Amino acid sequence: MSLLPLVAALFVTAVLFALFVASQGYPAFDALALVGKGAFGSTFAWQNTLSRAAPIMLTALCVALPARAGLLIIGGEGALALGGLAAAMVPVALAGWPVLLVQGLMALAGFVVGGGWIALSGWLRYKRGVNETISSLLLAYIGAAVFNFLVEGILRDPASLNKPSTAPIGDRYVIGAIPGMDVHWGLVWGVLVCIGAWWLMRHTVFGFAVGVAGGNPRAAQMVGLPVGRLMLMACFLGGGAAGLAGMLEVAAVHGDANADLMAGYGYAGILVSFAARHHPLGVMAGALLVGGIGASGSLLQRHLDLPDAATLVLQGMLFVSLLAFETLNRKGAQRV
Amino acid sequence: MSDASGGIAVGSLLLALLGGAMRVSTPFLFVSLGECITEKSGRINLGLEGTLVFGAMSGYGVAYLTGSPWLGILAAGGSGLLLGVMHGLLCSLPRVNDIAVGIAMMLFGTGLAFFLGKPLIQPVAPTLPSLVLGGWSSNTQIQEALRINVLLPIGIVLAFALRWAFVHTRWGLALRLVGDNAAAARALGYPVIPVRIAATAVGGFLAGIGGAFLSLYYPGSWNEGLSSGQGLMAVALVIFARWDPVRCALAALLFGAAGALGPALQSQGMTSGYYLFNAAPYVLTLILMSMSWSSGRSLAGAPGELSLVNR
Repeated sequence: MSLLPLVAALFVTAVLFALFVASQGYPAFDALALVGKGAFGSTFAWQNTLSRAAPIMLTALCVALPARAGLLIIGGEGALALGGLAAAMVPVALAGWPVLLVQGLMALAGFVVGGGWIALSGWLRYKRGVNETISSLLLAYIGAAVFNFLVEGILRDPASLNKPSTAPIGDRYVIGAIPGMDVHWGLVWGVLVCIGAWWLMRHTVFGFAVGVAGGNPRAAQMVGLPVGRLMLMACFLGGGAAGLAGMLEVAAVHGDANADLMAGYGYAGILVSFAARHHPLGVMAGALLVGGIGASGSLLQRHLDLPDAATLVLQGMLFVSLLAFETLNRKGAQRV
Repeated sequence: MSDASGGIAVGSLLLALLGGAMRVSTPFLFVSLGECITEKSGRINLGLEGTLVFGAMSGYGVAYLTGSPWLGILAAGGSGLLLGVMHGLLCSLPRVNDIAVGIAMMLFGTGLAFFLGKPLIQPVAPTLPSLVLGGWSSNTQIQEALRINVLLPIGIVLAFALRWAFVHTRWGLALRLVGDNAAAARALGYPVIPVRIAATAVGGFLAGIGGAFLSLYYPGSWNEGLSSGQGLMAVALVIFARWDPVRCALAALLFGAAGALGPALQSQGMTSGYYLFNAAPYVLTLILMSMSWSSGRSLAGAPGELSLVNR
């Protein structure tokens, strides 16, 4: 039923990828096997996959939540970068404060800055009618420029010689690993936020109102719903999730804000949200899948000498197939 | 004395902007003309960013292998055509959204280009020739500013030709009818879906050529950071130009000038705000979009079937 298009798309993607890899003179079946092995084949692979899934499920919410309000936002990468940068500033300013308080404020800073950035797209759409898909991607490029300007300028730690970075957040404030695993606590944060987003969107009056505004803005206006404010809120919450992803990457992976933050998780989130049909719980499974594809990249590179872009090709094929098989869905098209 | 030197700096800055506008605007021009054709048919192809990157890669590869930049241009157009056909066919399936397919094609095209382009980062391909229009002047800056690439005049002629063809030719009218009112076109016996696929394919062809300009003229090499949103800005530019090819050409020059602002200021010795000035084209696009779009009202000149405008 609703899973059929997904299964068909996965199958077709595997076939297409195998054909493509074979056409380039690489062993096709080995490549497919390595994707499976690199993603889910060992404890190490699982840990790698789960660490990647954590930020991806959050950036996917940056697509999924505005989609509920009828908006197609694809600029999560910018919200992630600026949210991460804002979060990295908190421990620098509040050095010596209690750990939990600082981490909480880091999350808040990332959330507010990321949310504000995406809310700008929602505002342009509602106030000026500017297409939010284009504006959000433009804002992602602007965000990257602002990020580089600040990190290589006034926020640069003079000690970071080869790679411009902000001052380190300090070992005290680093988010550590979940006991018994080599996966940081960010995964738990991500899962909790996804569940929270699902509850908010499916079980509260607010979520229902956002759905009405997204499904039929005119009808929503007629029954007196504040359509503009609902759009803005959906964008703010989505952008906030992406900003939180940036905060987690800073606090758990990099230890400061530098250009490595922009590793493409924002773009991976778009694919994940579409694969999950913008469902906040489905996003978790999708993040596992796309995180797994990303995790298999180094194995493909090491064993078969495939270019690192192989995982991008695989993601692109999956995205195209998913949309093509949307035509099998009898429950009607996704509006966005 | 200081006034005079300030004046010279402004003058050479303007010259650098003019030269930059003509240099940087060509990919904008070709992508926006292509997108203009596609949007006239009632569809939007956001995937032209991916087409641009893929065209840059394939054009560079073929130019390197054959030694002819013109064959490279042709190959870039051809690969753009294929990506366009793919977008056109996918969007023709029932219940498939053209904007979403565009996003997918953007990621697919860039990924594929990065994969296939890995061996092309080192080799040096022959570049396109340029036309020297500033030979009358002894000022090297003026000569430099007026050295234009051969694709720019071709693109400008194409813009006027398209504007004429949209109004005065049979296929131009068919294209606009399909884009404005699919039901009416169907009633008159025009094949709506094939016309849209063809329009997307031609759009992809032109966008591919725009990409080849990046790798074969300016900057003139292939690397993964070659395009950062030019394809997407060109899509926005079409809306600002109100679906008129000649206005697309003017807007492309404006965007080129904005894109040249960062490097021009840098050559004047301003390095501190480098990244911010590089963001100028994106900011300009946003401002122009919010000026030309306005909530609730329909856009003058917009094709009636375009999902981008009346959702």
